[in-house]
Amino acid sequence: MLRSILSDDLPRSRWLALALVAILVGLAVAPFLFPGAKSLNVAAKICVFIVLAASFDLLLGYTGIVSFAHTMFFGIGAYGVAISLTRMGAGWDAVAVGTVAGLLLAIVLATVIGLFSLRVRTIFFAMITLAVASAFAILASQLSDLTGGEDGLNYRLPAALRASFSFGDTLFGVRLNGRLLDYYLVYTASLALILVLLRIVNSPFGSVLMAIRENPFRAEAIGYRTVVYRTIASCIAAATAALAGALLALWSSQTNPDTTLSFDIMVDILLMVVIGGMGTMYGAVIGAVLLVFAQNYLQDLLAVANKALLGVPLLANLFHPDRWLLWLGVAFILCVYFFPAGIVGRLRQKR
Amino acid sequence: MKRDWLPLLLIPALMIGALPLIGSPASWVTLTVAGLAMGLMIFIMASGLTLTFGLMDVLNFGHGAFIAVGAFVAASVMLALAPWMTADSIWLNLAAIGPAVLAAMVVSGVLGLGFERVIVRPVYGQHLKQILVTTGGLIVAEQLLKVIWGPDQITLSRPTALRGAFLFGDIAIEKYRVLAVVVGLVVFAALALTLNRTRLGLLIRAGVENGEMVEALGYRIRRLFVGVFVVGSALAGLGGAMWGLYQETVTAAIGAQVAVLVFIVIIIGGLGSVGGCFVGALLVGLTANYIGFLAPKVALGSNILLMALVLLWRPQGLYPVAKR
Amino acid sequence: MAEPLLSLRGVQTHIGHYHILHGVEFDVAEGGLTMLLGRNGAGKTTTLRTIMGMWRAAAGEIRFDGRDITNMPTPDIARLGIAYVPESMAIFADLTVQENLVLAARSGPMDQKRLDWIFGRFEALKRFWMLPAGLLSGGQKQMLAVARAIIEPRRLLLIDEPTKGLAPAIIANMIDAFRELKDGESTLLVVEQNFAFARQLGDSVAVMDDGRVAHQGGMAAFAADSALQQHLLGLGMDTHQ
Repeated sequence: MLRSILSDDLPRSRWLALALVAILVGLAVAPFLFPGAKSLNVAAKICVFIVLAASFDLLLGYTGIVSFAHTMFFGIGAYGVAISLTRMGAGWDAVAVGTVAGLLLAIVLATVIGLFSLRVRTIFFAMITLAVASAFAILASQLSDLTGGEDGLNYRLPAALRASFSFGDTLFGVRLNGRLLDYYLVYTASLALILVLLRIVNSPFGSVLMAIRENPFRAEAIGYRTVVYRTIASCIAAATAALAGALLALWSSQTNPDTTLSFDIMVDILLMVVIGGMGTMYGAVIGAVLLVFAQNYLQDLLAVANKALLGVPLLANLFHPDRWLLWLGVAFILCVYFFPAGIVGRLRQKR
Repeated sequence: MKRDWLPLLLIPALMIGALPLIGSPASWVTLTVAGLAMGLMIFIMASGLTLTFGLMDVLNFGHGAFIAVGAFVAASVMLALAPWMTADSIWLNLAAIGPAVLAAMVVSGVLGLGFERVIVRPVYGQHLKQILVTTGGLIVAEQLLKVIWGPDQITLSRPTALRGAFLFGDIAIEKYRVLAVVVGLVVFAALALTLNRTRLGLLIRAGVENGEMVEALGYRIRRLFVGVFVVGSALAGLGGAMWGLYQETVTAAIGAQVAVLVFIVIIIGGLGSVGGCFVGALLVGLTANYIGFLAPKVALGSNILLMALVLLWRPQGLYPVAKR
Repeated sequence: MAEPLLSLRGVQTHIGHYHILHGVEFDVAEGGLTMLLGRNGAGKTTTLRTIMGMWRAAAGEIRFDGRDITNMPTPDIARLGIAYVPESMAIFADLTVQENLVLAARSGPMDQKRLDWIFGRFEALKRFWMLPAGLLSGGQKQMLAVARAIIEPRRLLLIDEPTKGLAPAIIANMIDAFRELKDGESTLLVVEQNFAFARQLGDSVAVMDDGRVAHQGGMAAFAADSALQQHLLGLGMDTHQ
């Protein structure tokens, strides 16, 4: 049963299994275990980023292509829902229209970019996607009539997802309101998407992708059209990223370039996948949890170090709370050199 | 493989084509000079990147770090020499800018040496890792800049002699842009002379075409590559310093922002080709300024359009480099 | 017996997942011309590239002039006095004929007497001196590739299929040039498919088969033994081309 849900891709490490169960259960009971707006927000972000990172891993880890345009698809999904909720009013029909429109646009764009540049080399694709993504981010902030420009869009969620909606009194002291419903919507959808991705990478299609990653010439010689496979993979990744974006828009009732399209988010996803472990899917889960935690709580830790070093000029700055990315960047480089399979790879070796 | 003039003709074609759209000749001159200045600054930053790619198949996604470092170092020196910057003498102004630019180039170059050793060398020939690790290098470098110079942007004003514009009737040409054009042309001429007239240049050109054969002739291409990498980093630092003065602000994100333009330029030019990089940079600079005037909303997106058009015409860029 | 100029012992080379050389052993004596023959895919080009350090030898030893050069960096091997003309010629297409040769003359300005001698053999190079090498015809490119290897004296020349696709008149010039070289300063190791050419020029012969040297000896004896030729090279080798 469990085997088939996980598509036969078991954690293969006791510690990894433990961590995954902890994440699964932790996120499931988060609203009750850590009540409060901030922690619920962190939990929802973790869910969304797990999906986003996992979809990126499909590209980076399983297909061996580097795209810097992944946040673009994330943004398309988020803006799809945000724009339709702004324009059509706070109904489920708007959510459906926005999600579908975002999905379609993401898939079309991914196909165009893929067919255009995936036949050439990894480096070329990375450069093109970087350029396209930065142009798209600028475009989104310029078309302020549609997207609200730099400030983004603030909109009302469907009634059932608002804090004012109540479907009961309290449970274990937690109010049963629309936010709780919203959280479980995000949680369930994320879990479903992860399981779908697991199924994809463990299917024959996934094996072909990995064969192409290992040796594209050989795969082509055996008769696989590598461009087609790579393009399909990047479409699936783009579609999943768009769905993650839609979930984020549904959660946060505001969508702006900084939270969906910026290069910073792209860097975050890269860090998640590489530190967690490329080509393992579970790595994306671990990486996303780690990074979102770091973003929200590593600062506190650094603040302590910073205080201790206050007086020492440069050293204190190195441990400034805002410099958490510095340390994750160093970890990232070390991972690429020494642990290409990231945390998950290490855990599996130790078995 | 005859001298291929067609891409070169694109530049005057673009200039002439833009004239009727813009209407006013005065604005056109201003925009053209602005476009050339911007293009040449990008060329300075991009030339080293395209050469290192040609020589060793290495594309440094962290190239923007050198641009940013150059901008910060130059800003620091100029702020320290503030009295000379604000003096009413062009010689004192230049006495401030000179050391600033020199320091920017030296620091970026030295950084390049370290970057090549620590970040790039372990991942030769592995493109995926190369992209990841150099991007990681950019992340770390950007954070270190914030550690050293603080997280806030630095405001920089141009020295007295370079403020304002030359006026010819109703045509206004900003003085700083003229300087940028001059420096850009000097760098281009120096590179072109080195590549075409010296033995070192011969080696680089041959190495871009077929590094393995250059080794079989008895030359150590690794050393050559390190040299080009360092010079390219120093030039990025020079470009960064100039860009900082051009924008009159310096932030840690400057590198990543400009790097996008740099990538577009070397894709357009043909990876590995300095001549193509030159043409591509001018096209990008001019297009950005013309479109910025005609349709400001889509100005920066116009570069992508330009890139797409060029690649539809020549999928390997304007001047594809003959490879083994 | 004097030590051979070049000797290979048990050389094994892998390219990617493929095991190409399975213990190549042969010697090249100083002076004269050794022909390296064999069917397509026997491992001749891989052998030359392994000597040059362009492929890594996974096992075995390559000695040149009494020194172990196994897996030395390619530039260092070249600097010991070995020149290489690859089958692809690998001329620098964007550089002029002159620039190609300037680059090949490592130790300084080109020697005019030597240049005149090269021009005498390969007249086209003089004619197209300032032309980008990419514009030369196939045969002219081959001349340039050979000229690049001999623009300065080198002790050992490794030449991969110099006659491939050449007109007979050019082949005759090539033969003359190689003769002068082997009688003078250089030792040559030439990979060849054209047995007629090989027989005219070779002093000794090494024949490869499936990643090993199956036969080594004098050219005269090998040329006389048609059964051996047929066994190692297959039918119709001497009518090839």
